[in-house]
Order: sequence, then C-alpha cells, then structure tokens
Amino acid sequence: MGYTKDQLLARLQELNIDFSCYDHPVVLTVEEQVKYVGHLGGALSKNLLLKDKKHRLYVVSALAGTKDDMKLLSQRLGLGKGGLRMAPEENLLEVLQVPLGCVTPFALINESARYRGMLYMFTSKQICYFHPLTNNVTIALSSSNLDKFLMSIGKQSAYVDLEASPDVGKDNPPDLADLVPSGVPNSSVPVENVTPTNVPGQNDMPKEKTRLPDVKAKPKVQNKCAEKTRSKIPTNGTNVEKFVNDVFDIMSPLFLSEVSKKLNVKQEELSSILDGFRERAAPDLESVTMSLKNASYTARFEAGFETMLNLGLNGRSPRK
Amino acid sequence: MAATASVGTEVSVVGKEDGEAAAEEQQVVNPWEVSAGKGGIDYDKLVDQFGCQRLDDALVARIARLTARPPHRFLRRGIFFAHRDLNEILDLYERGERFYLYTGRGPSSEALHLGHLIPFMFTKYLQDAFKVPLVIQLTDDEKFLWKNLTVEETKRLARENAKDIIACGFDVERTFIFSDFNYVGGAFYENMVKVARCVTYNKVVGIFGFTPEDHIGKISFPPVQAVPSFPSSFPHLFSGNDQLRCLIPCAIDQDPYFRMTRDVAPRIGYQKPSLIESRFFPALQGENTKMSASDPNSAIYVTDSAKEIKTKVNKYAFSGGQDSIELHRKLGANLDVDVPIKYLNFFLEDDNELEHIKKEYKEGRMLTGEVKQRLVAVLSELVARHQRARAQVTEEMVDAFMAVRPLPNMFG
Repeated sequence: MGYTKDQLLARLQELNIDFSCYDHPVVLTVEEQVKYVGHLGGALSKNLLLKDKKHRLYVVSALAGTKDDMKLLSQRLGLGKGGLRMAPEENLLEVLQVPLGCVTPFALINESARYRGMLYMFTSKQICYFHPLTNNVTIALSSSNLDKFLMSIGKQSAYVDLEASPDVGKDNPPDLADLVPSGVPNSSVPVENVTPTNVPGQNDMPKEKTRLPDVKAKPKVQNKCAEKTRSKIPTNGTNVEKFVNDVFDIMSPLFLSEVSKKLNVKQEELSSILDGFRERAAPDLESVTMSLKNASYTARFEAGFETMLNLGLNGRSPRK
Repeated sequence: MAATASVGTEVSVVGKEDGEAAAEEQQVVNPWEVSAGKGGIDYDKLVDQFGCQRLDDALVARIARLTARPPHRFLRRGIFFAHRDLNEILDLYERGERFYLYTGRGPSSEALHLGHLIPFMFTKYLQDAFKVPLVIQLTDDEKFLWKNLTVEETKRLARENAKDIIACGFDVERTFIFSDFNYVGGAFYENMVKVARCVTYNKVVGIFGFTPEDHIGKISFPPVQAVPSFPSSFPHLFSGNDQLRCLIPCAIDQDPYFRMTRDVAPRIGYQKPSLIESRFFPALQGENTKMSASDPNSAIYVTDSAKEIKTKVNKYAFSGGQDSIELHRKLGANLDVDVPIKYLNFFLEDDNELEHIKKEYKEGRMLTGEVKQRLVAVLSELVARHQRARAQVTEEMVDAFMAVRPLPNMFG
C-alpha cells in the first residue's frame, strides 16, 4: 500500500526535516495551486512524470516558470529527440501511487517506486513547494532538506539546470547521459536486493562446478521475515558509513563557502583539498563512530537485560 | 588458530634445471609451523601443493563491482592472494543470496602485534562491503591443549584478545564473538561429533602430522575449528537456514583445517565453506626470522608507543638498502628483502605514493632513513587509531559481543 500523507509527514519529522505545511482545497494544476500558496513567497514547483522508450521513469521538478522542453531534455539524456513522453496515468497510480496532478518527489518513498529505473531531477536550490502525496496540501521545504529526504530513501537524484540549452550534437555529447538509470526495471514483484551493484550483462565468470542441488530460496525466506518485522524503509539509522558521509556533507559546503569567502579563493580550487582531507579523515572518523555505536548498543543491551531480570515481560509496554 | 611448533608435513622441492645448480628447498607450512626455505616462502608451490586457486585481477575487479566500492588494499596488493570457491560466493551474492563470514584467533598471548590484525582488518572490510554477519571463534581450548596454560588463563586471554578484535571496528549488530570454553555444546557440539565421525585417525595424522605421542585432546581438536563453517552450529543466528554459505578469511597456514572441513561437508549434508587466504606477515628483523613473544623487538605491538615504534623501525627493521650512501645512490635498494617496503605494502593506503617510494628507493634516489620515516608515520597513525578504539572497549561491550543473542539487522 502506498504511503499516506500523514505517514510521509511523520517520516519527515523522524528525519528531522523542517517543513511548513499548508492545507487548501484540492488543486490539479500549478495555476490553481498559486492561488492558495503563491503569496507565501517560495517557489512553486512544476512536477512531471516522464517515461522513455525503455519504460524508465523520470520525475522532474522544475520551477513553475521554466519552460519545459522535453525534446531538449531527451537529447541531453542521450535518448534522442523524441525519447521522452509524458507518462500515462496508470504509471502515476501504479508506480508513484499518487492521484492525477500530484506528481511529487515524495512519491519516491513508496516501495512501488523503488524497483523501476527511476531518476529524479530538480532544478532549484531555494525553498520549494511540493505536494506531500495529496493534492489538498502543500509543503514547503528547502532543497537541502529535500536532499536529506532523498538520501534517506536511497534514491538517485540530480540537480539539472533545465534552463540551459546546450547544443547536443556530434561535438557535444549528451551532457546528462550518465544520469540515465541502468538496469531493466522490474515491473513485477520487487526482488529482495535491487541495488545499483546488480549491473547485468558484464558477467565474465562461467558457472563452474556442480553445486549441491536446490541451494535454497531459504535465505530469501529468512530475509522476507526479517523485513516483515521491520519498518518498510530500511533503517539507515545505525549505518556508520552513511553517518560519516552525512557529517562530511554537512561540513564540506560550509567550509568551502566560508574559506573561499575569507581567503578570496574560488571554491573549485578548494574542493580538491577537501576531497583529500575527506579521504584522510574518514578512517579515524569511522573508527570513532563505530566505537560510539558499539558503546550505545552495549548500554541498551545491559538495560534490556536488567529489565528482563527485574521486571520480566512487564518491563516493556505492550506494542499494540 | 595457530599453535606452537610441532611436527608438520614437509614439502621437498627440487629446484630448477638449465645449468643452475639444483637447490633443495624445504618449506613447512601448517597451522603450527611456518618456515621458509632459502629465498622465503614459495607461494606458487604452496598454492599448487594445497590445491587452492590464485586470486587474479579479474576477481578483484569483480569484487569491486559487486560491492560498489574500491577493493581493499590487501586485494589490490595481492596480500590476500588465494581462495577456494570464492567465485561461488560472488555468484550467489550477485543473485541476491546471502552468506556469512567466519574467522578466529587462538588466544595464546595478551600482546597482539600488527601481523595478528591483518585478517581482522580484512574481515572488517568484507563485513562492511558485503553487509554480512560474522562469527569470530576464540580457540581458548586449543591453547590450553597445546600450551602450558591453565583453563582460567586461556579464558582470560580470550576476553583480552576479544577487546583488541572489537577495536578493529567490527559492528556489534552483525558480529558474534564466542570462546570455545563458553560456547561449545548443543547444536555446535552435535556438528563437532558429526564431523569427527567422518575423519579417520589416519586422515588426521596425514593432515596435521599428529604422532602416537600426542595426547587425545590434540587429535580431537580439529572438528572444533571446522564446525563454525556450518550455520546450524549457531541456531540463535541462522535457525532454519542450514544451507547458508560461509566465507572464511584466514592466513594460508590454516588451509589444512578447511580442506578437511570441505571434504566432510557434503557427507553430512552441509555446504562447503569458501576460503580467501593471505600471505604471511614478515617479522621486523627479516623474512627468515620469527616473530616471538619473548623478543619484543621482533614485531610492532598494538600497545607500542609512538616512540617505541620509531625506535623499533629505525633500529631493528631489516633494510634492503646499501651500507653507504654513495653505494646506495649507485646501486639502489633490494626491495625483495627490505622489510620497511614490505610493511608499507601492507599498511600504506595510497597506491601512487607506494609506487613512487618503491621506484625512488630501488633506483637509489631515496634513502633507507626516508623510507623508514614514512613507515613510522603510517604505523603510528594506525596504532594510535587502534589504541583509541581499544580504550573505548569495556567489559560490558565484550559481554554484548559475546552474548548469545539474535542479530536482527545482520543482513541489513
């Protein structure tokens, strides 16, 4: 089942993502939406669900005023001139699980959106307005908070300057071609592990040797059970590498902008220094983070143990 | 895992033809003894003799692709260089199936040196890269059987070593550490007996070189190290999943245990474990010397201070450089025997810098002192990081890692 607006907003709060929320009557177009939230001063977004010939989907969020040149975008993605079309309504309902007029990056939180080849592109760096899965609400959040959300669901996304019109031709290869999602989308039941690492077609290893017959689906069964008892979104909360990356992502832009201002040096010159610094600091940072994680696990393990000893099952409030 | 010296299987190899004097080299490699002939360990012959496979560049590239990250430097540098059935593990991983890791240590002394950390550093990388669970066996019973220690002492050493192992950065949500004296029993013991019934006395003598004078404790020990390869030994972790595959990172001298295990596995209805094996870590004073607990200058210990590291490297690390600066500038260094270069090979992360140092040193433009200086910096950083992590490990944390508990996030 798809996420409801309330579930989404609860999730955003869990992730400490700031947003402001405005109710209004159902709107189906940007023009209508402007009537209710235009006065608030942020930027309205125009959201499109596009599809290419290989059935890959693209969610594009542009500032409301941008002209949408699908032909050009299609060329820039290396899909040829007529490669992109508006996706049919069924995709909206089936994949994004949102109603008509409600295309939004937040729909990417749905499981159904995960296993399609999907690329999200957006073009603004300011505060933007989006529908949170339903047409009678608009939420406003900054692009860094949108980034946070996208990182939390592990979705590939890209800033694209949709105003730019590079001349795509023989001498100018499609500049966005790298962003096109790889892999053929599965429209059926989601496979347990669709990760970017499952790149098909490069297999050089011939299958060797006879293995024991029916090496099972049992490992898969175990994983399904594990997933059922967990929340729908894989919890990245205890992932040390992700945490270290988050820390760098917070500090790097701040550092770059402050230093470049102060020393009057271009940011690009500094960023290679910062990359080197990041590589050198990562092992130590990962080490201390892992120590912290292990220490915190230990403390809660002790606490759980004590609770069981002293209070038994009464020590925990019932889950239902 | 490794114990003290006792009789091992010997390999006699007759050297080359073609006008070169035929030299007889004898190298001995088994879990209790590693000694090289002239010119150091011949790894090609070892791989040949043991019957495992070499890890080639294509396999390293495949690992990098599957894990979406650069391969560990131990793979890039050919330190983990041999395997058994690693391909099958990679195949199943690519299909979306799971596996788990198994490694271990024989806790014979409190002091760990850098060589002891190698398999753990690599196993941590495997855990992070593949996101799989890990079981770590501390064979305190083995040490009791082979060394002159009391049971209490081996149990204490197991816990102390566990702290250094935890300091390598293992994830408590995915790692189960156990010591044999604490854990053997139940399903684990059932598997031990199943394995034991499949290995004759003659076989075990042939593999491990036991003699009629060896006590029966030694002779019945091998199944203890074999059964962590089978997931049914850990019902609290892998219940219902007894075909789950296992990958064992270890030094190549442990191969005999797992040759035996792989032979037995299909006969008792289990999957064969896969292996990924490393070369040996050279002693500070040269390839042909031994690292020994009685000589603190034979190795860099994780408890060494920055000053001690500097002294040890400068005074005791065997150098392949020439005796005088003029001679060195003229002839360059012998990288085959130079220990600082070998250590940098293990511990310096930057491939480009390593290549540069090797080239400059070999051609005489860089001096031994400079190479040693770089090594001291690299080792100090490593040891400092380890010591800081070690300081954070409490008794309660060891209890948590060793608790027989479910690991719900172990494949997450």
